[in-house]
Amino acid sequence: MDKFSIFSVIFLISLLEFTNGLYFHIGETERKCFIEEIPDETNVIVNYKVELYDPRSGGFMPSSPGIGMHVEVRDPDDKIILSRVYSSEGRISFTSHTPGEHVICMYSNSTAWFSGSQLRVHLDIQVGEHAVNYGDVVQKEKLSELQLRIRQLLDQVEQITKEQNYQRYREERFRQTSESTNSRVLWWSVTQTAVLIVMGAWQMKHLKSFFEAKKLV
Amino acid sequence: MASLYSASTAIIYLTTVVLLLIGSVSCTELTFELPDSAKECFHQEIQKNTSVTLEFQVVTGGQYDVDVILEDPKKSVIYKQVKMQFDSHTFTAQHTGVYIICFSNEFSTFSHKLVYMDLQVGEEQPLPGIGEHVTALTQMESSAQDIHKALVQILDFQTHHRLREAKGRKRAEDLNERVLLWSLMETAFMFSILLLQITVVKRFFADKKSSAPY
Repeated sequence: MDKFSIFSVIFLISLLEFTNGLYFHIGETERKCFIEEIPDETNVIVNYKVELYDPRSGGFMPSSPGIGMHVEVRDPDDKIILSRVYSSEGRISFTSHTPGEHVICMYSNSTAWFSGSQLRVHLDIQVGEHAVNYGDVVQKEKLSELQLRIRQLLDQVEQITKEQNYQRYREERFRQTSESTNSRVLWWSVTQTAVLIVMGAWQMKHLKSFFEAKKLV
Repeated sequence: MASLYSASTAIIYLTTVVLLLIGSVSCTELTFELPDSAKECFHQEIQKNTSVTLEFQVVTGGQYDVDVILEDPKKSVIYKQVKMQFDSHTFTAQHTGVYIICFSNEFSTFSHKLVYMDLQVGEEQPLPGIGEHVTALTQMESSAQDIHKALVQILDFQTHHRLREAKGRKRAEDLNERVLLWSLMETAFMFSILLLQITVVKRFFADKKSSAPY
């Protein structure tokens, strides 16, 4: 057995591995969203698997071909990047083009009117350098171990650089927000004082003319 | 000699395959919204004697606190925190089975929270090909490994920094909006009060005048 066939076997089996990952339960009509705050040009891979509750056995059916999952990904400007219905098991990948909070929402495409039965969703979200599959890389590019390690270090450093850039952008936004609050508070206090003075003067003038009209003054 | 080498590498590959199959190594990071009076639970299958680290932080919402309960397969509570803002808990799994992590916002009636959670099960998976060394690592390889560990730590620090900064930034944005809203409301309120004053005073004098002659 040569090295690369073993790697391919490991790669294939690692695809099955995530089914033992984290899972949670949702209702059939329920919608669940996860937020990923990422810099731009970052790869995100979402692996999920859905199982339907089987009332006969009291457990979850390991493969439920009938259900589909609607997956929707929104970018920080609330624009939809991805909106598709996938089968009960899926692998979604997208790349961010603007830095910020991306929202990944999933809900089943069941047509039930009320909450229906429970679904078990296995989920795995990998971002940036975690999204790179090194087994794949080693196979495609025939790298030695040290070269693979250097490749991994390069990917990590790239991720760090992107995150630092994003941090600078966030800090700028924070500063803008603080300055905006500062100027709003200043404007409001000036406006309020002006309004008070103007209204007070108007009040007195109005009352004076009112009393004169009533012949009390 | 060659057959011994290939036999040992075959054994090591098989072990890796088996480990992958039983899912003893994983790292999951999730940020989700916890609505008010809600409880969200996550389940994870963990093997015995695996070192597990759970980390969470509340990013936005209310007093930035959440209840956390971690249960083992025997339904006994390993870790419980009430109204905690952020924490990190490391433990070794005593039993093989499904562990349940629950985040509860049931004590809050109107503030929904944004919670970041990081679950690290087992040690980090080694790069394919690195794990099956029969000889010791060369200096180059071991210093590359050290660099890798340091970079992993840097990325971890960056994540924590991002979460703390997000907390401050969202609070500032919230404050900005509230200042605008309040100043507009206050101005409108003030106008109506001043007009009301005039109307009421005029009404006093109007009544007095009409009841004067008898």
